[in-house]
Amino acid sequence: MVGGSGQKQALPAGMRWPADQELKNIRAELFKIRNARDTVVGIASRMVARDSSGEIIDWVLHLPARGSMFVNMRPEALQGGFRRGELQAGSREFAPLSGFVSERWVPNTSGDADAPAGRIELVTTYVRKQETP
Amino acid sequence: MMKYFIALFLGLLVGAAIFVIGLIYNPFHSDSGLSPLSVTDSEVIALSFSGVPSEAIVFTNDGDSRGKPFPEKVQQLWEAPIRLSSVTATVMHDARGRTAGLGIKFSSRSERTRLMKGEAMIDSAWYIYLPGRGSLFIEQSENHWAFLRDVIIPAYRSSVDSWKGVWLGDLTAGPGALRTAAVTGGAGSLRGLKMEAVESLSARAYSVGHGAVAAEGHLLIELPPNTKGPEGASSSE
Repeated sequence: MVGGSGQKQALPAGMRWPADQELKNIRAELFKIRNARDTVVGIASRMVARDSSGEIIDWVLHLPARGSMFVNMRPEALQGGFRRGELQAGSREFAPLSGFVSERWVPNTSGDADAPAGRIELVTTYVRKQETP
Repeated sequence: MMKYFIALFLGLLVGAAIFVIGLIYNPFHSDSGLSPLSVTDSEVIALSFSGVPSEAIVFTNDGDSRGKPFPEKVQQLWEAPIRLSSVTATVMHDARGRTAGLGIKFSSRSERTRLMKGEAMIDSAWYIYLPGRGSLFIEQSENHWAFLRDVIIPAYRSSVDSWKGVWLGDLTAGPGALRTAAVTGGAGSLRGLKMEAVESLSARAYSVGHGAVAAEGHLLIELPPNTKGPEGASSSE
């Protein structure tokens, strides 16, 4: 799903993005997450919003039976098209972790006519937080 | 010989019926009672959203579970690791019914479900963006047993495969010690705040074929002391 105000074509077809003025600077996307072996392992949302405090880019990654991660990205892109973010919170097995996540757009170069334009690559690096006695 | 088989069959049937009745009407299963946040003195953010899949912006699941994916052409979650999950993107309203933001909810059936103990568990996570305030991440375990017992089972037993009435209950069952959800502020003025929340559901109609037909969800988020709540979305009653 890709939702946002002023979008020319709804994805999925038939989706009606709310016309509320409050939601005009929001773009929400939903994805299936694939692991390095290209197997679907979870679902995710990416939200981009702009308000008086600046631009917000947030990810939530949900892996059933494992837990969820909440990642806050820095809006500015780094050299090489990367964007970095920080793991803000997690549930279940991700609860005691802290770390970083990078996102990068990888264009599709397979040449297949029905292949998607590309994919977003997420790389997570985390460590277990030290427990306070 | 035949009469022994008939007696055995009838015995099994009666035993199974007693087991199911005992499971549904187990007197040792108590409802969770009043939410601790409903009597809090702290500032709260009160949000509501439609509990009907077809009133969401997007709702999807494996296509066979309760509630049909909406809109029809949305991709379904048919792959094995996500087959027991659902995603909802919906508009959040404040206490005055005005648009307050956007919420995305991920839910997965939990392996911690214990029907014998009155626990039909769902692991869920909310992402909520409130324009002008910031973003929130809510993680919780939900217990849908009371909803299953009071709404879904009566709907299946009904000759018209539906239920009508008034049902109101808290869904949140943890991870907080007082059966509250854990909330983390992600951006804006909510950034870095650690809070608690409770999700509840009020249902008025349910259909076996379509899931909830008339239902509204509520989220009550308790802000830390000395935090100002958003105008219109909060109350300190």
